Amino acid sequence: MTSRTGFVLRRVLLTLPVLWVMSVFVFLIIRLVPGDPVRTMLGFRATAANVAEVRRRLHLDEPLLQQYVRWVGDLLHGDLGQDLVSRAPLSELLVQRLPVTLELTTLSMTLAVLVGVPLGVRAAVGGRWTRRLTDGFVVLGISVPDFWLGIMLVLLFAGTLTVLPPSGYLPFTTDPVQNLRYMTLPVLTLATAETAYLLRTTRGAMESVLQRPYVTYLRAKGLSPRRIVAGHALKNAAPTVVTVIGIQVGVLLGGAIVVEQLFALPGVGRMIVTAINQRNYPTVQAGVLVIAAMFVLVSLVTDLVVGWLDPRVSDGAGA
Amino acid sequence: MTAALQLDDLRVRFALGDGLVSAVDGVSLRVEPGEIVGLVGESGCGKSTLAAAVMGLLPPSTSVTGSVRVAGDEVVGLDDRRLRAMRGDRVSMVVQDPSTSLDPIWSVGDQVAETIRAHRRVGRREARAMATRLMTDVGIPAAASRYDDPPHRLSGGMRQRIVIAAALANEPALLIADEPTTALDVTIQAQILGLIRRLRDERGTSVLLITHDLGVVAQVCDRVAVMYAGQLVEVATAQELFDHPRHPYTRALLGALPGATARGERLAVIPGQVPDLAHQPRGCRFAARCALRTDVCEQAPVLEPVGASMAACWHVDQPLPSLGGAR
Amino acid sequence: MSTVERTATRTRRRPRTTTVVGAAVLAVLVLAALAAPLLAPHDPEAVQSTRVLGSPSASYPFGSDVLGRDVLSRVLYALRVSLTVAVSAVGVATLVAVPLGLLAGYAGGWVDSLISRPLDMLLVLPALLLAISLIAILGPGSVVAALAIAVIYLPILARVMRSSTLVVTRNEYVVVARARGAGHLRIMARHVLPNAIGPVAVQASVLTGFALQLEAALSFLGLGTQPPTPSLGGMLADGRDVLTQAPWVEVFPGLAIAVAVIAFTLLGDGLRRSLDPDGVAS
Repeated sequence: MTSRTGFVLRRVLLTLPVLWVMSVFVFLIIRLVPGDPVRTMLGFRATAANVAEVRRRLHLDEPLLQQYVRWVGDLLHGDLGQDLVSRAPLSELLVQRLPVTLELTTLSMTLAVLVGVPLGVRAAVGGRWTRRLTDGFVVLGISVPDFWLGIMLVLLFAGTLTVLPPSGYLPFTTDPVQNLRYMTLPVLTLATAETAYLLRTTRGAMESVLQRPYVTYLRAKGLSPRRIVAGHALKNAAPTVVTVIGIQVGVLLGGAIVVEQLFALPGVGRMIVTAINQRNYPTVQAGVLVIAAMFVLVSLVTDLVVGWLDPRVSDGAGA
Repeated sequence: MTAALQLDDLRVRFALGDGLVSAVDGVSLRVEPGEIVGLVGESGCGKSTLAAAVMGLLPPSTSVTGSVRVAGDEVVGLDDRRLRAMRGDRVSMVVQDPSTSLDPIWSVGDQVAETIRAHRRVGRREARAMATRLMTDVGIPAAASRYDDPPHRLSGGMRQRIVIAAALANEPALLIADEPTTALDVTIQAQILGLIRRLRDERGTSVLLITHDLGVVAQVCDRVAVMYAGQLVEVATAQELFDHPRHPYTRALLGALPGATARGERLAVIPGQVPDLAHQPRGCRFAARCALRTDVCEQAPVLEPVGASMAACWHVDQPLPSLGGAR
Repeated sequence: MSTVERTATRTRRRPRTTTVVGAAVLAVLVLAALAAPLLAPHDPEAVQSTRVLGSPSASYPFGSDVLGRDVLSRVLYALRVSLTVAVSAVGVATLVAVPLGLLAGYAGGWVDSLISRPLDMLLVLPALLLAISLIAILGPGSVVAALAIAVIYLPILARVMRSSTLVVTRNEYVVVARARGAGHLRIMARHVLPNAIGPVAVQASVLTGFALQLEAALSFLGLGTQPPTPSLGGMLADGRDVLTQAPWVEVFPGLAIAVAVIAFTLLGDGLRRSLDPDGVAS
């Protein structure tokens, strides 16, 4: 179907300017620091000699455009620079830490979708009590700060009932069971707010769809309520829900930063926070770049999925 | 022979704000197999409610009394499961705007096939083949290649054909068409009406055609029932209705037309308005707007045979003052 | 389906219980925060080594923390700081977003693109990430945090204002006003703005709740309000060390945040009914 391939191509091409803007922004992080970034980075070690050397190493003495071109070039070769403190190549650091953040985010979103979406459907078609209960859960879930919830969970499960570890991490490949034990509380923490949000979104989308005129017509065809809800309403609500999921991945990535700090998970988020406190700008840049890039990719995928679900979008007819 | 549709003293009432509204108030009507019966009236006269009552699609808070028999089976009081078995199978509906009837995400062919599979044990491939044949039947060119198209890729007329195809998929005894051509433009209207007539000829499906457009009636209906404020005021063959309209309302409607079988404009040239259905007058409901009103109209007239038609008026056969009689 | 004419009766709808509760709670919190110096039973900074990690009692209703400081007093002062940051951030964002959105929605065309494109760029990064980046550049602190939050919410508020303006400008009275020869600026200010501002108010109140959460998250990470100024997020970070021994140090600040955010959310949802019936705000 050529219109569909056209849609895919267009959407992929649209990602490029977004990636470019993002790269410029990240590039500017270190260069926007008021005053002399190098001095700030080095802190008390900022002797004239050190400052000059670091500045040369980071190419900060070159013209801006040249810096940018060089930076992008390095990026495309997989060179993200070096950590300021340890001088370790950042690409290596990221390869170690990225899987942690990915696991946390993926598990949390999966759990939230598996619980939130079906509950949202039930809330849309259910009776008054289902709706009241879900309303309450939604308000609580969205309002309670997730890191506080995390701490309360730690209090409950690790402090009082010493069932789960309060912090720490083991890679999945090393020990799957332990890995999941360590990840349980962090995932629960992130997933709760997300479940509430997805529940609300799904419910709203379903309610909106169920009010459309073609639903009456579907009843006139003699279809059972279950088939109408599952086959038609859900399919029509899906694009909205998928779009929201895409946006929420961004929110989850932000939440992951906090949760990693909370549970001492060696992920990219924690790396960024530590780096900020150390004024370790190269590392901050690399971390932000990677997370932002992931977000852009996820947005692309969700847009493509929406286009696949709703033929009006891929035809450019507008939903 | 069992009538395709038999209505006996159908009354539909629902609670609204301060009172009980009678949307349909004692309608009795019979549609024979293979007949196309038109149901004509202004908006608000209750014709769509009547259609919904036949399909069993009214909300549960509605009070429906009387009898509605589709191909001999009683509909009033039927439980949900049996109603669902009946809809799309023994009686189907086609409504005004095809773009709001079709699911925008499903392919048109699948929406036809869905109706088939909802009522019969048919495999997916077979249903697809049947649906494609139906699509060809209703006049969609190259049906097989259009099967997977989403509705927005089809024109309004094509979409209405799809809706008709789905409606006729299971060979219903009765097809209710509620303003099927109002949303379409003039040339397409004629095509769709021709299609309905052809399908009736080929399959013997009865049609209850609801419309406010007398031109549509003239093109396609065998018999006509005129509805006003929830009641039937005249029932006649189409020919007889146009040649010898009996009820003042019918006569006014026809007089309001610029020419004999002209395509209908809105029938709002008659002075006055449809009475508030929550506060119906005691006697004849048309009296307030009727040029022939006299004291006897305080008593509600009943539908009685007048010549070859049935009409509910005390003053049938009296010429209307400024309209120069029938036609 | 049925075309029965109804008698149009406009019933005055009572606001929902939840909205009233939300507004009331919010009022209490705001007043408590504003009146912190008067209400706080103890000096929030007063270190009392004799009362280290004391459990809740009559004189210390929320208990005391690891330095013997009264948790209730600290919560009150911290609430003040956090609310200030959140409200000022959203306030500033709204002040900037409203004219931008109004102009974009009213003028359309290239003006719209000129305004909307850069704002959409800000949405490329996830919120917290953007905030952290800004803090990385400018250094931690509550002012920077407020600025970062304002920057994050600016595009959202502008977009809501723009959508709302688009809805309003389709109405006839704008056409009529234009026909009467009123200038664009006047139309925007007198006719469009008052009618389009509703959804923005809804969005702003919902976002204030989230801003509070964001501020707490940033303070928790050590990137927002810096010690010794008490902040709810900071208290949460401190309380972790003594979690099992003295849970009240952790529970109460978090509870305060939760209650405040719930109140803002309820208020926003309640306002939605009267100010944003079309659901322009998210």
